[in-house]
Amino acid sequence: MTTIDTHATGAADAGAGLACVADWLTTTDHKRIGRLYVGTSLVALVGSLVVAALLAAERISTSSTIVDLGSLTQLFSVYRFGLTYVVMLPLLLGVAVAVVPLQVGSRAIAFPRTAMSGFWAWLLGAVLAIISIAANGGPNGGNKRFVDLFLLSAILCIGGLLATTVSLATSILTTRTPGMNMRRVPLFTWSVLVMALGLVIALPVVAGDLLILFIGHKYPSLSELSGNRVLGTTFAFGFSQTTTLLFAVPVLGFLAEVVATANRSRTRQRGIVLAGIGLTVSAVFGVALQWPTGIRSGFSSLSGGDKVSDLLPFALVHLLPLLGAFLAVVLTLGSIRKGVKLHPALVFGVLAALLTFDGFLGNALANIGDAGLAGTSFEEGVWLALVYGAVIAGMGALVHWGPKLWGRLIPMKAVLPLALLTFVGGTLASLPMMVAGFADQPGAVFPVVQDGDSVVAFSYSGPASLWNGLAAAGHALVLLSVLAFVALALRSFLAGEKAGDDPWDGLTLEWATTSPAPADNFADLHVVQSAEPLLDLKPSNGSDAR
Amino acid sequence: MIALPPAPAPAPRRQVLVGTAIASAAAAAAVGGMLAVWLRLRDQAMHGIEGTWVPKDVHVPMVPANVLLISLLPICVFGQWAVYSAKRGDKAHTGLALGLVGLLGVAFINAQAYIWSQMGLPVTQGSFSIMFYAVTGTITALAIAGVVFSAITAFRFLGGRTSDHESVSAHALYWYAFSTIFSVLWFVVYVTK
Repeated sequence: MTTIDTHATGAADAGAGLACVADWLTTTDHKRIGRLYVGTSLVALVGSLVVAALLAAERISTSSTIVDLGSLTQLFSVYRFGLTYVVMLPLLLGVAVAVVPLQVGSRAIAFPRTAMSGFWAWLLGAVLAIISIAANGGPNGGNKRFVDLFLLSAILCIGGLLATTVSLATSILTTRTPGMNMRRVPLFTWSVLVMALGLVIALPVVAGDLLILFIGHKYPSLSELSGNRVLGTTFAFGFSQTTTLLFAVPVLGFLAEVVATANRSRTRQRGIVLAGIGLTVSAVFGVALQWPTGIRSGFSSLSGGDKVSDLLPFALVHLLPLLGAFLAVVLTLGSIRKGVKLHPALVFGVLAALLTFDGFLGNALANIGDAGLAGTSFEEGVWLALVYGAVIAGMGALVHWGPKLWGRLIPMKAVLPLALLTFVGGTLASLPMMVAGFADQPGAVFPVVQDGDSVVAFSYSGPASLWNGLAAAGHALVLLSVLAFVALALRSFLAGEKAGDDPWDGLTLEWATTSPAPADNFADLHVVQSAEPLLDLKPSNGSDAR
Repeated sequence: MIALPPAPAPAPRRQVLVGTAIASAAAAAAVGGMLAVWLRLRDQAMHGIEGTWVPKDVHVPMVPANVLLISLLPICVFGQWAVYSAKRGDKAHTGLALGLVGLLGVAFINAQAYIWSQMGLPVTQGSFSIMFYAVTGTITALAIAGVVFSAITAFRFLGGRTSDHESVSAHALYWYAFSTIFSVLWFVVYVTK
């Protein structure tokens, strides 16, 4: 079913002063909603990175006192909640909201007011959640009222993200331009659809668990649900893998998209790449089950039946997403032509995909009991690889689609070193945590930090200060790179070189409209006859792989 | 700017129907996730020291619980009646059917409130009470959303949007999904407990 929607009213060009502010506050233009998500999550990213660097520095030595011991629990909560629900998912969701309707040739996002309300609900929820954590609420917090506020705020935050996700998924399913069947949707759009359908299942499960905890905490009893420590144990999956695997799926689509653009050719083995990206959605079973799906330690001594009962869910929840990511990344990277012109977003895409694949691989490894990684910092390393992969992809997406959002280019020479620096920083932050995990450095999703407690006062024979020092340097490097990137993006936004309508010689529909794209995206409806409709019109087109 | 061939007139959009289907899936996931926690906690409690999940002094009234389930059958029938009438442009019957769905939705909420009052279960009783109020509270919130959906659909249709069959179909779809979700909940929470 394909159709083109007309744009909702109220999305006219901004006026000046208060009119402009009001226009942004009530906007139903998907590009603005996307930019609001991206801008806010980038600001949150800077704050979260400061916290991340502080925490890593605190862990360099057991005797260091950079941060007050009483604040550590709250900082860990801000770090985990912030990077997961205020940075990683909103950043990629924002890019998707801004770009996907353009890619499918639609004039608007479906249910634009729902998408807009989702943004404001998310923002309000995120701000309240951070405030409540700061006021000794949040996971493992001591202030009962603010713990309650945190739980409600987190539900609101997730509800907002869910509303925008529903809007996005409906757009992809119903507003595609004539001729664009599901085999012809752009690869990034496909990955966003996979993520969105996964989130439609995953986010309500997480919100439901938070509601249970809220009731249990509000009305205390002897139940294990009455405290909120279970948030970091039984219900930790909402802030960790496999939930975050779903968040990272668009990174794979972004890589495939920019490789095709850089190659200026149709994607080889496109069907397998689509299937690979689609396989990653099986991670949602890990969220739905809400139960450890790893292989128990002492696997070789288990009976045949027990082995099967361990292996089947493990394969479904962890190996299938890994296989999907492997297919998508390897086939896409393998299709890069020799001598391809260096495309700035290509560098971001490749580096982001490498970190993300590292996360998928690490997640599978972490769930093998005999590896002995449970309860160690390995999980944090995997989570960081996924988060920073998403951050690099988000930055790359702004470089790639910036012309369609604000009509100007981010200078390539300045931005390429930042891609490398962010990748190095992200690797330094995540990999040492994984290595330290093998050396049994303790870790938890929401650790409780008390005097002499395990998270900072860990004890093992490995070089703790080395791994944690590297991680601290990694976070700091990412912070500096992100700050520089934001400055570059702002300069480009205000006074950058004007972009043409099709600066990258693109293949998909967003490059068939002006830069920046007008409020209604396209002056005319388009019919497409292949997955790369613009290639059909260009002299070097290939007629294969339709 | 590259010029692509112009498209023919777009096919009729079905955004509301698809959006409702996705939102219904999200609602099912929320309740399903809670029921999974319910089953896990029940299993733990049954194998625990006390060996019971439902506290001994708690009586779950089955009659109103069964009435809740039974009321969903006419809700689905009336929902489909509204679709049938809307497609024929029968304003009166569509309005009547939507009104009946809304009324039965309100009756559903009332019956759920009756169960709460009959049980007199304090929330502070333990895991069973926390889960009971979380699950039944969520389904009640979904019922309230359904009643609001019925009211909006009825006002839109009676207000003159008689060609908007899709909203009426989406409304019916929501209540079908709701009925399915509640049927599972009824079995887990009220029958097997």
